[in-house]
Amino acid sequence: MAGPVGELGADLRARALELGLTGDEYDDIVVRLDREPNPLELAVFSLMWSEHCGYKHSRKLLRSLPTEGPHVVMGPGENAGAVAVGDGLAVAFKVESHNHPSAVEPFQGAATGVGGILRDIFAVGARPIAILDSLRFGELDSQRSRYLLEHAVAGIGHYGNSIGVATVGGEIYFEAPYEENCLVNAMCLGIAPLERLTTSAAAGAGNHVVLFGAATGRDGIGGASVLASAELTADGASKRPTVQIGDPFEEKKLLECSLDLLDRGLLASLQDLGAAGLSSAASEMASKGEVGLDIDVGRVPLRETGMEPYEIMISESQERMLCVVAPERLDEVIALCADWEIRATAIGVVTDSHRLRVLAGDELLGDLPVEALVDDCPAYDLAPERPSTPIYPAPRRQLPDAGDPQQTLLALLASSNVASKRWAFEQYDSIVGSRTVRRQAASAAWADAAVLSLRPDGASGAIAVSIDGNGRRVACDPYLGTIEAVLECARNLACVGAEPLGLTNCLNFGNPEKPHIAWQLSRSVDGLAHACTALAIPVVGGNVSLYNEGGEGPIYPTPVVGMVGYLPDPGGAAAIAFGAAGDQIALVGPFVADLAGSQLEKLRGELADRLPPIDLEEQQRALRTVRAAVRAGGLSSAHDVSDGGLACAIAESCIAGNIGVRIELVAAGGVDSALFGEGPGGVVVSGHAEAIATLRREAPVAVTALGEVGGDALELAAGDATLSVSVDDLSRAYEHGVSDHL
Amino acid sequence: MKFGIVRFPGSCDDIDALLACQRFADAELLWHGDRSLAGADAIVIPGGFSYGDYLRVGAIARFSPVMEAVSDFARAGGPVLGICNGFQVLCEAGLVPGALLPNSALRFLCRQVELVVEAPDTAFTDACAPGETLSIPVKHTTGCYYAPQRMLDELEASGQVVFRYAPGQNPNGSLRDIAGVASADRNVVGLMPHPEHAVDPLTGSTDGGRLFASAIAYVAGNAPVAVH
Repeated sequence: MAGPVGELGADLRARALELGLTGDEYDDIVVRLDREPNPLELAVFSLMWSEHCGYKHSRKLLRSLPTEGPHVVMGPGENAGAVAVGDGLAVAFKVESHNHPSAVEPFQGAATGVGGILRDIFAVGARPIAILDSLRFGELDSQRSRYLLEHAVAGIGHYGNSIGVATVGGEIYFEAPYEENCLVNAMCLGIAPLERLTTSAAAGAGNHVVLFGAATGRDGIGGASVLASAELTADGASKRPTVQIGDPFEEKKLLECSLDLLDRGLLASLQDLGAAGLSSAASEMASKGEVGLDIDVGRVPLRETGMEPYEIMISESQERMLCVVAPERLDEVIALCADWEIRATAIGVVTDSHRLRVLAGDELLGDLPVEALVDDCPAYDLAPERPSTPIYPAPRRQLPDAGDPQQTLLALLASSNVASKRWAFEQYDSIVGSRTVRRQAASAAWADAAVLSLRPDGASGAIAVSIDGNGRRVACDPYLGTIEAVLECARNLACVGAEPLGLTNCLNFGNPEKPHIAWQLSRSVDGLAHACTALAIPVVGGNVSLYNEGGEGPIYPTPVVGMVGYLPDPGGAAAIAFGAAGDQIALVGPFVADLAGSQLEKLRGELADRLPPIDLEEQQRALRTVRAAVRAGGLSSAHDVSDGGLACAIAESCIAGNIGVRIELVAAGGVDSALFGEGPGGVVVSGHAEAIATLRREAPVAVTALGEVGGDALELAAGDATLSVSVDDLSRAYEHGVSDHL
Repeated sequence: MKFGIVRFPGSCDDIDALLACQRFADAELLWHGDRSLAGADAIVIPGGFSYGDYLRVGAIARFSPVMEAVSDFARAGGPVLGICNGFQVLCEAGLVPGALLPNSALRFLCRQVELVVEAPDTAFTDACAPGETLSIPVKHTTGCYYAPQRMLDELEASGQVVFRYAPGQNPNGSLRDIAGVASADRNVVGLMPHPEHAVDPLTGSTDGGRLFASAIAYVAGNAPVAVH
């Protein structure tokens, strides 16, 4: 069905392949246009039909995710999803990846990842109030991993600190499969009065299209196609020019200006410019509004001379927004932007042509049907195939099989995935905004989920938020591992007394054209859909990042889940620290310790090909039990059992509270498993004897007495093993595990 | 009693300072382009990155129209508090002595620290006892206090060292653990820690409130200052 391929056509076809399209896709474009595209049109198509913009290999799968719920006020498809939180307020949130830019240039890659997700949030009319990050690097003994870590953390801090949005939490894991291809996922959430929530759908033929913010340069040309939608190769450094450069000061002005424009009701719609720049922003706005747009590239303010029209259309220069304005409001919009010292230029008009037309003055440079750019982007079926041999090499062994449990506990606390990430979190401003009630890595306020007060908005409750995803466990079993990620997020929220309202996710996987990666991806999405449906938590938005592979192979399959919940009383949110001597300790929930996929298994150089089964109904009962117990106010602490198992969870609560415990465990399945086995569903709580007794009597799930708070050491008996480690020694191992490498 | 909070493009803790001041008195924001202080009785220059701080920190803000008015207000004895970036601006404007250099670790640091009140006789420490410790967070990249040794000796002798980090808690390499200093007349105070982030039991300590309460006592105990 290919069109006539003349000499120019052959060149264009070759160019299309260079831009990341397949031959079939190029032929498809010719059919849709009923002619050969010109080079500018081809450049726009190559980006709009890239994996990054078009979700070619994930769109069909994602249809299985539940997206509706009683609190959802904005679902997938907008710049961010949003849920209502009462008092006329909504919380908008989303997580997005900036993996390949960060692997190529970690400081700017991570910084502009934060900048991009912030724009998504204020594009829907919400004021960003918190950032969380989910980061993955190779092992800390690698120089490249330390370089990527240090610069990515500095980049996140640079952008978030400078713009004045608190970074309140996140997670960092170190695993060899991320050595080449690190992951930088940034989540942002913002608050909006319900009436300020804004769509990106363009409307009203004859309305102006106004570009405001930074001038357009050559940075980030082809970022979405060449960099984000292909495997990383050894010549990564040559792709540095495709990484954008961030300017948080410009974005701070842009943020205040955008919200001011919306508060005054001056905009018909608003959209940020991200991947694929003007091409994507204009096509998406036109597609959602079912209209056409005429864009005059001659009117776009440039920061470089001699830019080609196609470069203007696909530049990924940062800190830019596009809005639709009625003619009678144009002067007011331009003037208000000037007050904020923001450049604003009318660069086009809304039409009813359903076409994206690119002009330079009177000259027509490109004429593309919006439907072909957005809706007709190919969607591929995956060809999943369960691998018959292991995809990943075993991790490097760091501990012998049989070890003294006391030494094992200290080794686990000092291991990079368990040890304190204070080194990183202290580089982030976690308190700006005067909302942060609970957060990570700060002794008094240290909790499993961040808690943000709504008092500055005149409301009494608070928002809780957590971001989680353990790629190594997902590698063991993509279906169960993904369910575990959802459960861990929900458990973290339950520990601060919050009820989940909605979820966002970032699916980081390898090359989906390979059958074993397709299998990981499809099993993972099945797990996500199953867990969200069973727990009644709607997915309000998300992001897919594929082709995360380096020379050594694919990354661990890494679905990252960000969850937002509500709690009525922020003062009642439990922290993880054990409190007073004499408090009783109990384990709540259907936790079954298993070494498969555990941190200890990793340190022993193994990677299982299974995870323990999950009963989601029982998990849901446990979540409700913990949430109710925290809200009832009788507990001194709540901390979920996660990396490093029960012993590490107890040790962390000792470290946070700077107080010891006496614990007795039944070690039916063996001492190592009882102490360090992992699995979903366990929360370690402490409180007055009466509160714990009530919980044991009335809870509809297992509640096991573990021991008592007191003294200055962790004293633990499990089967025939006994441990006695001072809290000081626990703290030393935990605090130095990561920071000593840097 | 009304606080005026200066807002530059790039200020980050302006709303935090506004909310903190409003716990104690009236407060309103002052835009960087204004030459009027809107009748404020005390001025707070908040934290952030004024004008992006792409030049030396605080170096552009000191030339803003509002800073002319703040300088006149300060010279007439009006109480002015510079917090973090505000402290950097006050140093650049010459309203308090010394300078702020990059942290010794060359990294941003956000951490709760203990401060010792060394001078309980300034406009912002009136309500404190000498030697009292306050728990207040720091968060900055450029907070290492520096002045030549002779000037440091003079500041110590004249009681212009207002706050010191408690022993072992100096987060940034500041000389002599200095966290905050005052003008010779004691009406202008600059400090790196953020008292506006220590006013609410829900989010941590309430010790920062002592600075704002002090300003109210100071204004009440003084003749009205000339306001421009």
